[in-house]
Amino acid sequence: MLEIRNLHVKLEDQDKVILKGLDLTVESGSVHAIMGPNGSGKSTLSYVLSGRDGYEVTDGSAVLDGQELLDMEPEARAAAGLFLAFQYPVEIPGVGNMTFLRTAVNAQRKARGEEELSSTDFLKEIRAKAKALKIDAEMLKRPVNVGFSGGEKKRNEILQMAMLEPKMCILDETDSGLDVDAMRLVADGVNALRSPERSFIVITHYQRLLDHIKPDVVHIMADGRILQTGGPELALEVEKNGYADILKAHGIVAEEA
Amino acid sequence: MMATLDKATALDARLARLSVPAGGFAAKARREALERLSAAGFPGRRDEYWRWTNPTAFAAPEPARAEVPAAQPEMFDGFGRIRLVFTDGVFDAAASDALSGEEGIEITRLAEAPDVNWAASVYGTLEAAGQVPVLRPFATLNTVAATDGLLIRVTGRVKRPVNVIYRHKSEVSDPILHHVIRLEPGAEMTLLENGPSGARFNKVIEVEVAEGARFHHIRAQGPDHKRQAITHIFARIAEGALFKSFTLTVNGRLTRNECVLWLDGDNAVAHVAGAALGDGADGGFHHDDTVFVTHDALNGESRQVFKKVLKNAAVGVFQGKILVKPGAQKTDGYQISQSLLLDAASQFLGKPELEIYADDVKCSHGSTTGAIDPTALYYLRSRGVPLEEAKSLLVLSFLADAIDEIEDPALKDEIVARLEAWLATHRG
Repeated sequence: MLEIRNLHVKLEDQDKVILKGLDLTVESGSVHAIMGPNGSGKSTLSYVLSGRDGYEVTDGSAVLDGQELLDMEPEARAAAGLFLAFQYPVEIPGVGNMTFLRTAVNAQRKARGEEELSSTDFLKEIRAKAKALKIDAEMLKRPVNVGFSGGEKKRNEILQMAMLEPKMCILDETDSGLDVDAMRLVADGVNALRSPERSFIVITHYQRLLDHIKPDVVHIMADGRILQTGGPELALEVEKNGYADILKAHGIVAEEA
Repeated sequence: MMATLDKATALDARLARLSVPAGGFAAKARREALERLSAAGFPGRRDEYWRWTNPTAFAAPEPARAEVPAAQPEMFDGFGRIRLVFTDGVFDAAASDALSGEEGIEITRLAEAPDVNWAASVYGTLEAAGQVPVLRPFATLNTVAATDGLLIRVTGRVKRPVNVIYRHKSEVSDPILHHVIRLEPGAEMTLLENGPSGARFNKVIEVEVAEGARFHHIRAQGPDHKRQAITHIFARIAEGALFKSFTLTVNGRLTRNECVLWLDGDNAVAHVAGAALGDGADGGFHHDDTVFVTHDALNGESRQVFKKVLKNAAVGVFQGKILVKPGAQKTDGYQISQSLLLDAASQFLGKPELEIYADDVKCSHGSTTGAIDPTALYYLRSRGVPLEEAKSLLVLSFLADAIDEIEDPALKDEIVARLEAWLATHRG
């Protein structure tokens, strides 16, 4: 279970406050969607949870299964079970996708005091999981994300998720830049990973991803806070009417785009 | 006038400590070289070509003491190589494979070769040609005073690589080695070099690559740190011939690797690449790659790919030039030099140059200096890769273009393994 309490975050080198007392509880096994207008702090939330530089937590906490994430280095958060699927996966020339994944899997196992995976076991596992995501052997050998299409990059993120078997997965606008077929493939990959021990935060602008990854809970986020929480019907309502009414009800003037 | 006198004195002092071999096929070349050297003298900091690297250590009468490095696991094991060992600059027959017996290749010791006709036309000849337009006096010194080396004539396609292994046993060893290699038309060989050579090392390799011949060279310098090394490769590449050289350098307080190439025949190919990693923590790291490529024929292809990873006030230097002579049309010349600075105290000095006298050519060069990409570092760490391991992966990523210049996949793996071993012991 992930419990975020009263989270306040500002940019490290500017006076800009982005998260203003965010509260969120994600129970094990559940899928939460976070929607919200541009600039609401959705991506910042994912960066702060995963430990990216450049942000300063001024107040609050984020506890994953009893461990305070905000005190940990990014790699320790990963070993504790957190995974962020990037909106813009990073290209790393000269490092094979397979080498990268094996390094990551074994680093996490080591950090948890588990035995490293043998090369044969690793190969067996990655081949099976790659096949399900329609990732061919060639793509596994290529340098990480280099020359990958938008869809391939996102599928590669899901493959990493499948291999690392996190407890808490955050998908940051995983649907951005994907066509309908690619989105279905990615959603199938995510759905295959749903389990009572694993929970998800799906950050998205659009309801259509939620047609494929069905959320248990939908949050509307704006101005650095969760404004409203509901069931899947809330996403449909936003799709139909936009955010204006919700923002107005909370006295927030929409930022000019 | 004072400067000239000082230079002459410095040269005399250096020469006085050397025992210049007399007689033999190289006698004439050595005499002529001594005349050239006396006229040129040693370079000083004011010489443009030595602006960024202090030549004093190479000119000094005595080498700085360098502790004997700890034994390392042997490289290139399992490559079916012909092992030839030099200990403190002297050929070590007991530790080496037989010089003769391999088909398609004749190998002789410079120190034991009173009369090798083919080598007489090469020894000191390419070095002398390489003195224009820039003087390279330490190569000339080498021609004058080299005490040993290998004379290698290749007549066929030799499968087994020749592995020259250097061993450093004395704290004050000061070897001057000179290898001469001639590949006859259509011949092919691979030269592997590795191992700490001595406290101070001066080495010249002259290579004649005749029509359609292929020369592959992989060199690993280090990990001895206190050595001071100056090396030169001079190669003439004939029509349809290929020259490929890759150098990995780990550690070394002072290294200058010069490479002078002439693409003399049409359709010649010459690639030279280097990956250098240095930690300046223990008395400094200074690595200098100086390259001069001359295109003097049609349709030549040259590539220079140099990468340096610098930390703890390490210094990297790259001076690279492509000269395209009149008439060398359809030349394809490429040059890239890049450095990755792991801290603000490290420094990269680059001087890329093109000089082109033909109008139908494609030449490009680039030089960059940067730090580790924080976004890539965050990406790796967010997958659970610890900080230092993530940095190492990004260093390998940075070096990949240079390492990709190694054609043979097994040799590439060998070099990467060496790199990874260095990275594993130089974290933090």
